Amino acid sequence: MAPVLAFRDLTLGYERHPAVHHLEGEVPERSLLAVCGPNGAGKSTLLKGIAGVLAPLSGRIEGAVPAQETAYLPQAAEVDRSFPIDVYDLVAMGLWRRTGLFGGIGRADRARIEAAIAAVGLEGFEDRPIATLSGGQMQRTLFARLLLQDARLILLDEPFNALDAGTIADLTALVERWNGEGRTVVAVLHDLELVRAHFPQTLLLARSTVAWGATLDVLTTSNLAVARRMCEAWDENAPACAPGEAA
Amino acid sequence: MMLYDYIVGPFAEFDFMRRALVGVLALGVGAGPIGVLMMLRRMSLAGDAMAHAILPGAAVGFLAAGLNLWAMTIGGMVAGFTVAIGAGAVARATQMKEDAALAAFYLVSLALGVLLVSLRGSNVDLLHVLFGTVLALDDPTLLLIVSIASITLLVLAVLWRPLVMESVDPGFLRSVSRAGAPSHLAFLALVVLNLVGGFHALGTLLAVGMMMLPAIAARFWSRELTTLVWLSVLIACGSGALGLLVSYHSGVPSGPAIILVAGGAYVLSVLFGPVGGLLPRLVPRRHLEA
Repeated sequence: MAPVLAFRDLTLGYERHPAVHHLEGEVPERSLLAVCGPNGAGKSTLLKGIAGVLAPLSGRIEGAVPAQETAYLPQAAEVDRSFPIDVYDLVAMGLWRRTGLFGGIGRADRARIEAAIAAVGLEGFEDRPIATLSGGQMQRTLFARLLLQDARLILLDEPFNALDAGTIADLTALVERWNGEGRTVVAVLHDLELVRAHFPQTLLLARSTVAWGATLDVLTTSNLAVARRMCEAWDENAPACAPGEAA
Repeated sequence: MMLYDYIVGPFAEFDFMRRALVGVLALGVGAGPIGVLMMLRRMSLAGDAMAHAILPGAAVGFLAAGLNLWAMTIGGMVAGFTVAIGAGAVARATQMKEDAALAAFYLVSLALGVLLVSLRGSNVDLLHVLFGTVLALDDPTLLLIVSIASITLLVLAVLWRPLVMESVDPGFLRSVSRAGAPSHLAFLALVVLNLVGGFHALGTLLAVGMMMLPAIAARFWSRELTTLVWLSVLIACGSGALGLLVSYHSGVPSGPAIILVAGGAYVLSVLFGPVGGLLPRLVPRRHLEA
């Protein structure tokens, strides 16, 4: 199947220091891919690169999915929780691609917004200001917005952090539903049990690839130990990376 | 009939009071929603910085052409746009946060203005620039203020969605659209326009008061954006009208009187406002069952 994403000698980083180093590989269409690895392994950086928020230091990302069909939920979504807006309006933002500046929100759209809110289990919360939501309710709201974005490629950066088991189960079911509808989902996750149970493919990252393939083959004790060792802190005086020594 | 004489009388009797009333009402209609967005975007002090930036531009216009509406307006706009758009562009193109960029730009602009004014010697008429002449609004000035209010409402109607989205979740807007940066710059331009409109009536420094005080006061009364905008416009227009009356009856300068009335509305809101006001906090009611 045609890859929805292809990394070609991709290096992403900050101030010339690589956080993702010479990454090579392809994500097939309809994948459900988990990205795992220790802190500082470059997982969030990789997602920023795919989302187009961060330009590569070298190499490139080839994608079959145009930017407007990509949905990205960053780790710390920059939502201003004190802003006077309710759940319904925040979710409705997911329709931006259809409505743009002027497009009205008609009856069909309102039905879709209500369906999205129901799908994440927030019926009755439509008029609640976002300032009054708990962490889990906020994340459900953001998932409802993702739902409306109707994206072919969905990028989730640690979407289940600090959530209770019930919320994680609900949102995981939603992720599986998206994948069942033929969407590609790439999720950064730390809960390896969850990954083993729900994500068929895993990329184990420690700045460069430790292992990439079927989850059960990737998440082995020895691979995880290698990942931890490979993930050293950045070296202020690191020499420039010579093209010939690509790891 | 006492009340009629007190409230309607001055406006019925004097042409200059009617003009002043139209001026402050138009200012309130434009500045109300702008102020709400400024406050919600945590730019409450940015307006003050921009007012300082406009002052030298208006002063230069005054020095070049005397007390000429267009010279001062264009001078103020050029200085204001340069500072607002320059600071906005620097903030977006570099690591610098917008407040820091704005501080750098307006301080340079202010210093430049003071330097230019001192080269030409001071002038009493310059006080008009500082404190406005709401009781002497002529036709062109009034037309300018009303036009600015109209432009403001039209542009806000077009850019409302991206402006709100960028305030709530800038990362999301960036990920779905490129409308964020242009609408932010357009918004800064609106801020400058309204401050320039305001300085003819209230002076450069007090013009910010008409923008920010009603918006901040309104925040104590509602958690809902549309209501906030309506309340802000209402408080701004009410302060304008009431301030004119206070000024008329007690003989104090009208610009400061208007802003002080708005300040009074703010104090009342802090004390009694149901959304986080002091009194509702001091007199806690029993908590609910669920």
